[in-house]
Amino acid sequence: MPDSQPNAVSVTINGTQIEAEAGELVIAAADRNGVHIPRFCYHERMSSVGMCRMCLVEVDTGRGPMLQPSCMISVTDGMIVDTESDQTKRAQEGILEFLLINHPLDCPVCDKGGECPLQDQTVAYGPGESRFIEEKRHYEKPIPISDLVHLDRERCILCDRCTRFADEVAGDPLIQFTERGNETQVLTFPNEPFSSYFSGNTVQICPVGALTAAPYRFKARPWDLEQVESTCTTCSVGCRVAVQSSRNELVRYLGVDIDPVNHGWLCDKGRFDFEAIKSPNRLETPLIRDPNDKDQLIETTWGAALAASADAIKEARSGKIGVIGGSRLTNEDAYAWAKLAGSVIGTNNVDAQLGDGLPGKVVLGLPGATIDEACSADTVLVIGPDLKEELPILHLRLRGAAKKKKVKVVEITPLQTGVSSYAHRSIVCRSGEAAKTLKSLLTSDDELSQEIRSGSVVVILGRSSLAESALPAIEVASVITEELPKAKFLVALRRGNVRGAIDMGLSPGLLPGRVPLENPNDEIKKIWAKVPTVEGLDTAGMLRAAADGQLDVLILVGADPLVDFPDQDLANRGLRGAKFVVAIDNFPTLSVANADVVLPATAYGEKGGTTTNIEGRVSRLAQLVTSPSAARDDWMIASELAWRLGGDLKFSSMEEIWSEIEQVAPSHNGITLEKIWADETRDGILITETSIQLAIEPSGETPVVDGYGLRLISGRKLYDAGTQTSNCASLSALAQDAELRVNPTELERLGIQDGSEVTIISTKATGVAIAIADESIPRGTAVLPFNNPGIRANLFINSELPVTDIRIETR
Amino acid sequence: MTFFTEENLELAHEIIGRYPKQRSAMIPLLHLAQEQSGWVTEEAMKQIGVLVGTSSAEVLGTCSFYEMFKRHEVGKYVVNICTTMSCALLGAEELLEHAETRLGIKAGSTTSDGLFTLEGAECQAACTEAPCLQVNYRHQYRVTPSDFDQLIDELADPNNEETPRHGVLAQIRQHIPVERSVGAVHPDLVNVPPVWIEEKKEANS
Ligand code: SF4
Ligand code: SF4
Ligand code: FES
Ligand code: FES
Repeated sequence: MPDSQPNAVSVTINGTQIEAEAGELVIAAADRNGVHIPRFCYHERMSSVGMCRMCLVEVDTGRGPMLQPSCMISVTDGMIVDTESDQTKRAQEGILEFLLINHPLDCPVCDKGGECPLQDQTVAYGPGESRFIEEKRHYEKPIPISDLVHLDRERCILCDRCTRFADEVAGDPLIQFTERGNETQVLTFPNEPFSSYFSGNTVQICPVGALTAAPYRFKARPWDLEQVESTCTTCSVGCRVAVQSSRNELVRYLGVDIDPVNHGWLCDKGRFDFEAIKSPNRLETPLIRDPNDKDQLIETTWGAALAASADAIKEARSGKIGVIGGSRLTNEDAYAWAKLAGSVIGTNNVDAQLGDGLPGKVVLGLPGATIDEACSADTVLVIGPDLKEELPILHLRLRGAAKKKKVKVVEITPLQTGVSSYAHRSIVCRSGEAAKTLKSLLTSDDELSQEIRSGSVVVILGRSSLAESALPAIEVASVITEELPKAKFLVALRRGNVRGAIDMGLSPGLLPGRVPLENPNDEIKKIWAKVPTVEGLDTAGMLRAAADGQLDVLILVGADPLVDFPDQDLANRGLRGAKFVVAIDNFPTLSVANADVVLPATAYGEKGGTTTNIEGRVSRLAQLVTSPSAARDDWMIASELAWRLGGDLKFSSMEEIWSEIEQVAPSHNGITLEKIWADETRDGILITETSIQLAIEPSGETPVVDGYGLRLISGRKLYDAGTQTSNCASLSALAQDAELRVNPTELERLGIQDGSEVTIISTKATGVAIAIADESIPRGTAVLPFNNPGIRANLFINSELPVTDIRIETR
Repeated sequence: MTFFTEENLELAHEIIGRYPKQRSAMIPLLHLAQEQSGWVTEEAMKQIGVLVGTSSAEVLGTCSFYEMFKRHEVGKYVVNICTTMSCALLGAEELLEHAETRLGIKAGSTTSDGLFTLEGAECQAACTEAPCLQVNYRHQYRVTPSDFDQLIDELADPNNEETPRHGVLAQIRQHIPVERSVGAVHPDLVNVPPVWIEEKKEANS
C-alpha cells in the first residue's frame, strides 16, 4: 500500500511493521506482505464467514494478545499480530485435530490428494496425532449432486465455500447446509440437482476432496500433471485458465485469478470442453470428394488436398472467392488468413462472423469499455443476448457488481434473461424494437432517465435475438450516440477469438490493426504484395453471391454456416451454389460434409499464440499437447496455400507472424513478443487504439409485420448442439431439447395444448416442434433456442428481414 | 407445486406482507405448512421457495435446521421425552425406556396406528419439573412411568380433545391491520419510521 494512502494504518505482523488499508482483513494484509496464515473457509473473492477457525492468530489491539480469526477482523492502527506464537500454534493444532475427527483420511483414493489444503496444512500445522478413537461419521460415498459434480460428505469440513459460491457468486443457491450440529451436511433439494452453469468452480475451491468433477475423477494425480497457463477461447470473455495434461492428453482446466477478467472463475462449458479436443470425432486427415461418388468424402494426402484447393482458387474468376470464419483461430492464424486473402488472393471477401454479430466497423468504431469499466459504471445498459447463456463470466462479473451495488443494471430485452434477476430495471420491448423503447425511456420524464443521463454509462450491446438482423442493434447504437454521447460500449460478440479475427482484418472493409480499407497505412503497403481496395462482402453477402452463381470458391475457416448462420436456407443455397468449397475444421460438421476439400486443423491446447477478448485484450495461449493426427495449424495451411498460389506469406513460425502483426497493425505497434510474454502482462494487454471513424446512419423504423403471426425470438443456450458441446461426453447430455415456448394465452387462442406438437410455419420453412406454455414469454412472441437438439431456429429465420414472424398450427 | 390450500395460500401472502424482505417469511410459512399437513412435505418446501423467492434447497436448509419442523409424517401426538441433564438425573432414561416398551416402538418412530410419535429430546426449559415431557409441545411435569401410562390411555381415547394435534404451535392467529402493515418494502427503500414509533411518541408525550 503506498504511503500516500490517506486511510492507511500501520500494523505489526510477526515483528515487522507494515502498511495496510483501513478496513482490510488481517489475513489479506498478511497475504499481501508474504505472510501466509493457514485457512480453509476464507476466499478472497467471497465474503468472510469465519467457519473453520483455521486462521486464528494472536492479535493485540492494546488489551493484550488474544486469539482472533484473521479472516473476520479488520486491521486497526497499531495492531500487533503474531501468526507464529505458541498460542497460535496450539490453536492451529487444536482446529486440525477437530477437523480430522470426522474426516476419513482416504487420501490414497482421493482426487485431491497431492494438492489438498487439508492434507498440506495438516502436515504443516497439525498435531501429528489424534486423541479421537471413536467411530467416525459415515455417509454414502460420493453422491452425484449434478451431472458434473460428485459430493463425498465424509470428506467435507463444512467450510461453506461451495455453498457460499453457489449463493453469493453464481446466484444458484441449489446446494445448502442441511441438518444441524454433528449431522450438518451439504445437500441439494431432492431431485433438484446443482445444475448451475458455474458448478465446476466449487470443485476447484473445495479445500478438501469432498467435491470432485465427473470429467476428472480418477483421471490423474496432481504430481503427474503438466501445466501451462492459457486463455479460454470457448467464448470471447477470455478467462485465464491453467491447462493441465497427463500423458499428452488434456485432463483438466482450472481457473486462474486475474483481476480484469475472470476473478478465478470459469463457466462449466469453458472448464469441461477439453473433452472435445480428445474426441474420437476429430478430423484427422485431409478429405476430398470421391471422383467416383460425388456423395462421398475420402481420405487423401495433404499435398493432394492443398493442390486441389489451390487449383480451384486459381481457376476462380477474379474476386469471386470468399473466406468465411476465423473466430476459432489465434490472432496469428487470423492474420495469416487475412494476408492470404488480401495479399495473395486479392479479395476483401472475408468475414469472421457468421451473420450473427455486428459489422466489424461497428465493433471497432464504437468507443470501447472494459469489463471493469462496465462493472464500475453508474449504469450498465444491457441490450443484447442473454449474457448468462453466451458470455457466462461477464454475467457473473456484472451480477457481482450489481449485488454489491456498484452498478445499476438496466436491461432492455424482448424476454426475461439471466440478467433480469439482478437488473435494477428490466424493460421488456418487442423484439427488434429496443431502439424505440430506449429512445422513449431516455426522452421520458421517468426518474431512471435522469439517473442514466447524470452518470457514466456502459452499454453491453449485441443481438438480442438471432431472428433479428443486426439492424435493431445498430439502431440502438445510434440512439445512444445521439442521446448519451459519452457512453462506452462493450460489444457482446460470443465466439472465441472473434474480436481478434476482426482486429486482424477478417471483416469486410477492414485491414489488420483496426484500419479502414479505404485508408491503408504505409507498413501494410510495404509488406503486403497487394492490398485490396474494394470493400468485400460479409458472410450473408458471400452466401447470397454464391447462391446466385457469383462466387466460385468458398473457404470455410472453422465455420459451419449451415448451423451457425441465422438463415439456413441461404447458407444451403450458398454452399451448393459455390463451385468449390474448402473447409478447414476440427470436426466433421454439417458444412464440412458439404465441402469439396476438408483440411484438419489443430485445436486448442495443441498450438500457442495469442487471442483477443471482447474488450480487445490480447492474451497468450499456450501449447501443451500435440495433435494426435495429421492436423496442421491454420496459419500453416494459409502459408501452404499461398505458396501453391505463387505467393509467399513470408513467415515460418507463430513468433514471426506476431512480429509482422506488430509492424503492420498500427493498433498493435509496440506490443512486442517480449511484452506479451512478460510476467507483468499475465492479465493480457488491452488494446484501445482504433483508426475506425464510425458514422452511424440515423435509425429507421422497424417494419411492423402482420398481426396474426408470432414474432420469433431465438438465442443461444450455453449447452446446445454446437460442435464443441456435442463432442464432449460430459456436456452434450446437458443440452436440452429444443422446444417452442409461447405465452399460455397465445396457445389458448390458437387452441393448442401445452406440450403438444405444433407445425411452425415461416416464409422459409415448415417444421415440427413441441409447444410449451410459458408465462414468462411475452404475448405475441415465440421463443425457439437457436441450436438445440431437435430443431434449429435457423431453418425458419429470414436473414434478409429485420425480424422474422412465424405462425404455429396444431398438427 | 400447489401445496397450500386456497385459504392457507391467502394467509401465506398475508404473512409475507408483514416482512420487508419476502425471505423473512420462510419460517412462519414452514409453520403454516406443518399446521396444514402435520409435517413439512417436499411440495410445501418447493412452494414456499417460490412464494418467498428462493430455491427449494434453501428452504430445506432452514427447515432441516430445526427439529420441530418434521420432514416425515408424524403421529397424531408427538411425545418428546427430555433426556438432558436434570431430567436424566431424575429418571428420564428409565421413562424413555418405559415409553418405548409401552408404545412398542423405538424413540424416533411412530406407532402403526399413527397415533404416537416418540422422541428423545433436549432440555425443554422445565428442569425444575424433571423428568418432563411434551405432547405436541404441551408440557407434562414430573412424569412417572404410571403417569405416562395414564397419559397414553387418555390420549388414545378418541374423545380426547384437549391436546392439539400435530406440531401446531399457535392457537391464536395474528392478523396485521391494513393501516399498520408496511407491506413488502425492501429495507433499503424505507425512508419513514415505522408507524408504531410515532404512536409511541404520542402516547408518551
Ligand atoms: S464440500 Fe468442500 S467446499 Fe463445500 S463445505 Fe464441504 S469442504 Fe467446504
Ligand atoms: S466465460 Fe467464456 S471464456 Fe470464460 S470460461 Fe466460460 S467459455 Fe471460457
Ligand atoms: S479461514 Fe478464517 S475462519 Fe476459516
Ligand atoms: S433437562 Fe429436562 S427440561 Fe431441562
